[in-house]
Amino acid sequence: MPAAETLQVLPWYLAGPLIGLFVPVLLLVGNRMFGVSGNLRHVCAAVLPARADFFRYDWRRTGGWNLAFGAGVFLGGVAMALRTPEGSRLALSPDAVASLQALGIRDVTGLVPRELFSWEALLTVRGAVMMIGGGLLIGFGTAYAGGCTSGHAITGLADFQLPSLVAVIGFFAGGLFGTWVLLPLLLGTGV
Amino acid sequence: MTASLTESRPADHSPMSAPDSKPARSSAAGLLVYLGLGTLFGSLLIKAEVVSWFRIQEMFRFQSPHMYLTIVSAIATAAISLQVIRWRGLRTLQGEPIVLPPKVMGSGTRYWAGGTLFGLGWALVGACPAPLFALFGRGFSVFGVVIGSALVGTWLYGVLRPRLTH
Repeated sequence: MPAAETLQVLPWYLAGPLIGLFVPVLLLVGNRMFGVSGNLRHVCAAVLPARADFFRYDWRRTGGWNLAFGAGVFLGGVAMALRTPEGSRLALSPDAVASLQALGIRDVTGLVPRELFSWEALLTVRGAVMMIGGGLLIGFGTAYAGGCTSGHAITGLADFQLPSLVAVIGFFAGGLFGTWVLLPLLLGTGV
Repeated sequence: MTASLTESRPADHSPMSAPDSKPARSSAAGLLVYLGLGTLFGSLLIKAEVVSWFRIQEMFRFQSPHMYLTIVSAIATAAISLQVIRWRGLRTLQGEPIVLPPKVMGSGTRYWAGGTLFGLGWALVGACPAPLFALFGRGFSVFGVVIGSALVGTWLYGVLRPRLTH
């Protein structure tokens, strides 16, 4: 492994509470319920509304704030691109590095494994399944469940909503199956 | 005493309703506030590395407490904040009462089935929706394809919704 700068991760005891504060701040600023996946619905409503009732609503009124927030998340990424050098290492646990290398991932630097998430990888069966298939599952699943990590796991659980607990158990069931069954299959075949 | 802020009002999460249209359309200045908050949130997600495929793998493999502690402390902070809002009867800056629409359980199918499908995608991509936007901004341009696929997935749900169990 080339000697790359190791990134200093924001510790959980700062990161978690700061993330959690978005719930009360959005409520106090404008009675908005913290959630991000609604953006996918609002974009569909704006671009391809006619086909389904699900997309027939005033997206500017109900989704305008959410689209602005989502655009901000993108801008946050842009801002950080200027600050984090490419190729830096995360301070991952040695166990995780060993497991991922055993799966055949050679480069464990950067935020995402470049050998799996690149335009070249998209042209492989494995890359297409992971990026296009994974994206479809994220979009379909969050719309069906009515929320994602922010809406259900953080907002919903913090408000003691039982449906959100069911959804979060689903998130983890799917995530564990994907991690322990699907990914080893995909990474092992080398297609 | 239940801690929920919920009231009986049309819910975003009831299967047949459009998103809850609470306040009026945001003004341009209001949108800028949300844009700024989103920018902070996106930066925070990257700085905490929760946008990282590696960190998500570490979490689902139970090889580091980082993600769990981050998520649990986020939930705890949000829960305590909601209690404070409720106990003090805090209102929005515009003076409206604060309301969180309840999620309707129904048969529960949409939550476990939709949740599981999303979880599969989360493990493959290593990112949920907000991290997708942050990574795209961070310069991982191929994540634009993932976002495009997610839009198609949501659109498919909208089209198929009348035939799905909720």
